[in-house]
Amino acid sequence: MINVQNLTFRYSATSFQLRVPEFSLDDNERVAIVGPSGSGKTTLLNLIAGILTPDEGAIDVDGTNVSALSDVQRRRFRASTIGFVFQDFALLDYLSARQNILYPYRITPALTLTSEARERAEALAVSCGIGDKLDRHPSALSQGEQQRVAICRALVTQPKLILSDEATGNLDPDSKARILDLLFEQASEAGAAFLAVTHDHELLPRFGRVLDFAQFRQEATA
Amino acid sequence: MNALYLAFAYLRYHWARSLVLTLVAALILFVPVATQILLSTSERALIARGNATPLLLGSRGSQLDLMMAALYFSDERPEPVPMREVEAIWDSGLGIPIPVHAAFSSSGFRIVGTSLDYFDFRALDLSEGRGLSILGDAVIGATVASTLGKGVGDALVSSPENLFDLDGVYPLEMPIVGVLAPTNSPDDDAIFVDLKTAWVIQGIGHGHEDVVTAAQVAAGSEAVSNAAVVQYQRITEDNIESFHFHGSQDNFPTSAVIVVPNDTRAGTILKGRYLDGENPTQLIEPASVIQGLVDRIFRIKSLLDVVTTIIAIAAFAAIGLAVFLSYRLRAKEIATAVKLGAKRGMVLRLLSAETFTLLSLSTMIAAIGAAIVARNAEAWVGWLLSLGA
Repeated sequence: MINVQNLTFRYSATSFQLRVPEFSLDDNERVAIVGPSGSGKTTLLNLIAGILTPDEGAIDVDGTNVSALSDVQRRRFRASTIGFVFQDFALLDYLSARQNILYPYRITPALTLTSEARERAEALAVSCGIGDKLDRHPSALSQGEQQRVAICRALVTQPKLILSDEATGNLDPDSKARILDLLFEQASEAGAAFLAVTHDHELLPRFGRVLDFAQFRQEATA
Repeated sequence: MNALYLAFAYLRYHWARSLVLTLVAALILFVPVATQILLSTSERALIARGNATPLLLGSRGSQLDLMMAALYFSDERPEPVPMREVEAIWDSGLGIPIPVHAAFSSSGFRIVGTSLDYFDFRALDLSEGRGLSILGDAVIGATVASTLGKGVGDALVSSPENLFDLDGVYPLEMPIVGVLAPTNSPDDDAIFVDLKTAWVIQGIGHGHEDVVTAAQVAAGSEAVSNAAVVQYQRITEDNIESFHFHGSQDNFPTSAVIVVPNDTRAGTILKGRYLDGENPTQLIEPASVIQGLVDRIFRIKSLLDVVTTIIAIAAFAAIGLAVFLSYRLRAKEIATAVKLGAKRGMVLRLLSAETFTLLSLSTMIAAIGAAIVARNAEAWVGWLLSLGA
């Protein structure tokens, strides 16, 4: 699913430099990325998603060289291929749970909102246990319920890759395990690969593989 | 469509903020438009009244006061002109004089003593009752009728001009015999009576009981001067014969005289006759006096326009700042949209859609308000002008 070769990236305003000689993720694989803060975990996710472009190297996602795409192509690729789950859920307060799940269809022409998509959103919500709360706004949902909505939003487009950035970071221990299991279950049903950044070492045994990121961070040489 | 959908959802969820922004923007749009409509209508109404009154005869003095008293029945009290001036116009054969004596009031509305020619001249129609026919009759304007809740069969009493004026201007009860159809002009706010009725109010004419005729005195009647003679406060079929006037009618007063010349030439000749500065009377063209007044008002209006523009710019800047701060608060939402693959410019489109929706709603409200003002402008302007009177 993902194949990274000789990746180099640096932020122009800082001394931070990320260098990943090689990294790969197979279809249906579940990989956790751990590492100290500032080691570039989130940066790697953004590079894989095409939000950032590498200075050197190649990033291949599902057979597409992401770094070679134009900005418009990267956006379309991201919308159609990748599902994102964030630590802070990133739900929109002014939309109901149902509208939040279908939000990706409202912001890009790469996705078309069809009746199938609506039915899929409904089915996902039911399987995540929030089928009866679809008309509520985020402020009327618990944190666990909000994260379930975010998971539904990440899966509704049937992505081949799910990127999770501290998706359980804001949840209590019980909820963390339940949400992660739910994510795995849904990703497995959708046949999607799963790449997660986490600080929570208790959850690591649930992943198929763990990548320690401390090895990749370097201080840039002037 | 998606941008509009999201914009509408955002505005609906933050309805209080949206409502305030919409109403403020609507007010900014509405106020200058409404002011413009009312001013234009006022200008038209003022000029129309002036244009519909070819010439005005009155005592020499302020032309504006004379015009305001005779055309708008205002509180100005120009020196009255004697009725001989009316006769002089008749005798000249150059036009029709219509006396307007607007010196008294009743229940806050001006009593206008005039001749029947006035109703034809102003093309006033009755919505109820009949016209003036006998001494004491009153025909009231539409606003007088609606404000006082009076109609045909009711009566009005003239207000005494001065409590200490024991010599004259006694309250006279006048039966209402007709109500005029609304015209959105000062005529709606007037109580019309025959000129002679106005003179009765003024004390020039009166009726009283126990009148001793000269024949009775010659026959040896023991008539003595008697301060207890009852003076009538109401003109009825029984006492109307006793009403009479003292002195020569030529000297009786009228506030002004509307002069309708037979043609342009007659008008020019008439104007020439009153050019002499020593002449105690003057003949003015109300249209030119009103035009001067309107020009002055509209010079002030241009200043008002500048003030309105400055306020509008400041208000729109405030709205812009509110919208900008709102966008800043939504930076996280924008970042999420980008991560989820939002197309380039989508965020700008979303924010533009919100602004467009807000401004569309504001424009709609302002347009409805402007339409209401435009529809009622004539009535409201009539009312505003009557307030000034």
